[in-house]
Amino acid sequence: MAKRAILGLVTLGLVVTAAFASFYVVPMERTMGPIQRIFYFHAASAWAGMTAFFICFFGNLLYVWRRQPNWDWLGVSAAEVGLAFTTIVLITGPIWAHPVWGIWWTWDWRLTSTFVMWLLYISYLLLRTLIEEPDRRALLSALFGIFAFLDVPLVYFSIRWWRTQHPQPVVMGGPGSGLEPTMRKVFFFSVLAMHALMILLLSERYRLEKLRGEVDDLRREAEAQ
Amino acid sequence: MKNFDSIFAAYVLGWAVFFGFYLSLGKRASSLRAEVEQLKNSLNRGK
Repeated sequence: MAKRAILGLVTLGLVVTAAFASFYVVPMERTMGPIQRIFYFHAASAWAGMTAFFICFFGNLLYVWRRQPNWDWLGVSAAEVGLAFTTIVLITGPIWAHPVWGIWWTWDWRLTSTFVMWLLYISYLLLRTLIEEPDRRALLSALFGIFAFLDVPLVYFSIRWWRTQHPQPVVMGGPGSGLEPTMRKVFFFSVLAMHALMILLLSERYRLEKLRGEVDDLRREAEAQ
Repeated sequence: MKNFDSIFAAYVLGWAVFFGFYLSLGKRASSLRAEVEQLKNSLNRGK
C-alpha cells in the first residue's frame, strides 16, 4: 500500500511539473505560437503508449512460450493502458492540427497507421470478451497481440520512411531536425512523466487482472464441487 | 492567449480519458472483490 501511494505521489509530482514546464518554462514556438505546447502532452503520450504496446508484445511472446497466466495478465493490462494513451494521441492530434493545418484529419501514413494501431488493440480486447475458456482466451489473444504489434514499428517509422502531412521527427530525426535545448529538456521530462503514469496505470490494471484470475480459479473450484 | 480554447480542450479531454480509465479500474476492482468474497462464502458453505 505504501509503495503504491509513493508511486502515485511521485507520478503526480512529475505530471504536474511537466505540465507547468510546458506552459511556463519552454519558449514560445515562432511559427505555431501557443498551440505548439500541446506537443509535450501529445508526443509524450504517444511514446508512453508505444512502450505499453511493446510491454504487451513482450507479455504475449512470453505467454506463448511459457503458458503462465501472469504473462497473459501483463499482456492485457499493457494493451488497455496503451489504448488509453493512444486515445489521447488521437484526441490531442486533431485539436493541434485544426488551427495549424486548417483540417482536423488527413489519411497520411502516420495518422492512418496510428488509427489502425488503435483499432487493432481494441480488437485484441474485444477478442478476449468472445472466448470463455481462460487458457484458450489467453493463447488466442497472445497470438493476435503479436500480430497487432507489427503495426507499432510502422507507426514509429512512418514519418521517417515517407513524406507525410504529420511533422517530420524532431527527436532522432537525423540532420536538420531537432528541438531548441529547453524544449528538448521539457520534452524528455514530459516523456518521463508519462512513462511514470503508464507504469502506475499498468500496475493497477495488472492487480485487477490478477484478481480476475482469482475469480476464475474460485469459479472452477465451485463448479467442481 | 491565441488558440487557448484548443489548448484547454486538448488538456481537459486528455486528462478526462486518464481519470475515466482510473475510475473504471477502481469500479471493476471493487466488483471483482465482491465476487471473490461471494465465491469464497459459497465454497465455505459447500464444505
